[in-house]
This record gives sequence, structure tokens and C-alpha cells, in this order.
Amino acid sequence: QKLAAAANSNYLILDKKTSYKDATTYNNFYEFGTDKADPAENADSLKTRPWTVTIEGEVKKSVTLDLDSLLKLAPLEERVYRLRCVEGWSMVIPWIGYSLSNLLKKVEPTGNARYVEFISLADKRQMPGVNSRVLQWPYTEGLRMDEAMHPLSLLALGMYGEVLPKQNGAPVRLVLPWKYGFKSAKSIVKIRLTKDQPRTSWNLSAPEEYGFYSNVNPEVDHPRWSQASERRIGEDGFLSRKRKTLMFNGYSEVASLYTGMDLRKFY
Amino acid sequence: MLTIKSLSPRQLFWCRVIVFVLALLPFLRLVYAVYQDALGANPLEFITRNTGDWALYFLCISLAITPLRKILEWHWLIRLRRMLGLYAFFYASLHFLTFLWFDHFFDLSDMWLDVVKRPFITVGFVAFVLLLPLALTSNQWMIRQLGGKQWQLLHRLVYLIAPLGVLHYFWMKAGKNLLLQPLLFAVLVGGLLGVRLYWRLQSRMKR
Repeated sequence: QKLAAAANSNYLILDKKTSYKDATTYNNFYEFGTDKADPAENADSLKTRPWTVTIEGEVKKSVTLDLDSLLKLAPLEERVYRLRCVEGWSMVIPWIGYSLSNLLKKVEPTGNARYVEFISLADKRQMPGVNSRVLQWPYTEGLRMDEAMHPLSLLALGMYGEVLPKQNGAPVRLVLPWKYGFKSAKSIVKIRLTKDQPRTSWNLSAPEEYGFYSNVNPEVDHPRWSQASERRIGEDGFLSRKRKTLMFNGYSEVASLYTGMDLRKFY
Repeated sequence: MLTIKSLSPRQLFWCRVIVFVLALLPFLRLVYAVYQDALGANPLEFITRNTGDWALYFLCISLAITPLRKILEWHWLIRLRRMLGLYAFFYASLHFLTFLWFDHFFDLSDMWLDVVKRPFITVGFVAFVLLLPLALTSNQWMIRQLGGKQWQLLHRLVYLIAPLGVLHYFWMKAGKNLLLQPLLFAVLVGGLLGVRLYWRLQSRMKR
């Protein structure tokens, strides 16, 4: 299903886009199984309409929005972002959506709102993977308020000129291109503004491997592999070396969010 | 009733041919899939995992020969063991080569950093290095050179190699809570080594 959006020229990059086929058949979306091919095979059962997202917590106007209201909340833009997975591979994807700040401003955060928690759908009937105990369900992610308000933080409703395919986190997800992919929660049903730092699924599962921040950082290794380089899906094959990973995945404009922080400690 | 407790030389020959071809199939399938570009979005990850899996399968199959001979009394199985062990080495070599080539582009110092820094790679590397002397001595000439006793002692290294291989797999998966497959391997290798220990203790008690 087509989704019209104007290209935002601030977020055009020269990297070659990943093929639609690779981007929709090689996914980490554990609600539909742990194998990368599972989401494409199993996500058909997800019902994306009707769908609502509730925004609550430290806000003056808590709201529940349906998909059509979300689509109309702000002008849809197409942005081409690099995506770096914590596992050491990367893609380049043309997303459709708008800055998350548009949505957050609408609910008028209170002075106590310091963090944002994102909660994904966890419905056993629609999501076979939720029966397994690989992670604590529902999948929960979080950001600091200033990270969430940064213009790069994208609330995505589509990709490649279409509405989001189910295996890619339909109907609404986050895209945070300077963080490892798992920070970008998929199939979001609730957004909660909080005073305290929220617990996040991967951090609960393996705290020494997946930090709250999880910014792309070539200098901070994952305990089981180096993060200094990555393999670009569809391009870096048998004859090319892996490419060097860039600090903040090349999005240096976010660096000021972390001035004075020891990024080895806050990984 | 069909008896397969003993095979004629001709039957044994064909049996070895069949096992040789069957054991080569995973490799041929991999080559074909590379040629067809059918390994999905991340072919190198697929090759790494696939060759690692088959190295472990063949280690387990080689370790199963002795218990099977004892239980089924198919003594000719021993004539397949060398080939199966060498296949374990073959797939482990492909696994190591994938790592050395595609992860490090033959940069040995870069590879070494990975080996010493990451326990799961250290363990896998040690298991592979320990396989080398076994592969090199898997011929009649080396058995004669070493003498049967020494040779057998050397080849008991596999009792260490198999658990190291399982540990390597276990650690690789550890952070993701996906432990079913490594656990199955652990149970299998544990069983194959456990039954040996049991028989040894039993024979000692009888004495």
C-alpha cells in the first residue's frame, strides 16, 4: 500500500540503498521468532488496523491516537537513514515518517518528564514469538527526553514509498539512526513519559552487553565481538572488507547530547 | 532376518562411498547456494554458522561410533570413523577459514587480537588447533610411526575438543538467551562422553 511523502533533503545520503528484498527478509523482530527469516514468514498474522497508540505519564494531555490521526499529525517526510545493527551488519533504508518531537510536543510534557518509554505490542495470538521466553515481554525501550526530542528521532509509518511491512514493525515504529537497531522499538502501542529511567528489554536480558544508551560507537566493543567495523548487507560480500563503523553511525549532530559523559561507562 | 553385524569387503566399500558422499552434501549444498546467491541477505553469516554446525555434528557422529559398536555389535563401524573425524576437521577448517578470510581478510595480527580478547573465540580457536594433530595423524603411516598406544592417547584429545566446541557455541549464543541448540549439543556430547566413563568405571569394578 503506497504512502506519499516528500523527500527531506537534509537526510539524503550518498550510500546505496539496501534492496527492498533484503530489508524485508532479514529482520530481528523476536515477537515473530528469533531467526532473521522468521518475521517475514510469520508476521502476516499481525493486525495493523485498527491500531491505537496511547501517550501518557508525565504529560498534561494524555491521548490515544488511531493510525489515521498519526498519519495526519505532521507532514510525512522521506528520510534515508543508515541502520547499524548491534550484531555488526548495516543497511540503508528510506523511511517515511516525521520527527518524534511533533508527537511529544502535542501532549505537553510536564517538568517531570525526563525519559520516554516505548512499549511494543505483545499479543500471543498475533505474535507467535511472544510465547518464547527469550525476552521479557512486552518489548520495552527508552530514551532520555532530549534524545527523543532530537530532530533525527523519527516516528516511522512507512518505508520504500509504502506503509511499513509487518515484519519491519508495522504500523508505527521508531527509527534512531545513531543507536543500534534494537533501540528502535517496533509496533508501538504505548508511549509513556517518565521521571525515572525506564527498564528496557535487552538491558534486562543481558545488561553487560546492551546498555541503556547503546549509541553506535566503534570504540566500545560488544563483549563478544568488535564494533569497529560492519558488513553492509547486499554490498559487502565475499570480496570486500568490512567497512569501518562511524561514531554515532556518522550522525555527529547528536554528539552534543552526550558532552561530558563517559561513553564507555554509559554504553 | 537381515544381519548387518558383519559386512563383506564389497559391502563395506560401498558403505564408505555412500557415507563419503552424504558427508560431502552439506558442503556441496553450500557451494551451490553461493553460486545461486541463495544464502539470504547475509551470506557470510550463513556460511559461518552452517560450517560451525556441521563441524559439531561430525564431531558428535565420530564420538558415537564406539558406543554404537558396543551396543549394536556392528564392528565394521570402526572402518568409517577416520573418514567421519576428518569430515569434522574439514568443516571446522571451513569455519575457521571463513573467520580468517571474511572477518579479518587474512590479517593475522587482527585475527589474533580477536582470539585473545574474546573468550568464545579463544575456546573455538583452541578446539581447532587441537584438531590439527589428530587430522595430521589420521593415516596408517602415522599410526605406525607413533605406535598404537601413543596414537590412541593422542586421539583422546577429542574428549577435550568436543566440549570446547560446545562451549564455543554456548558462549556465542549466551547473550541472547537462545540456548536450546547449544544445550542439545551439550546433552549429546555429555551423553557420548558419559557413557564411556560409565563403561570404564564398570570394567574397573569388575576387576
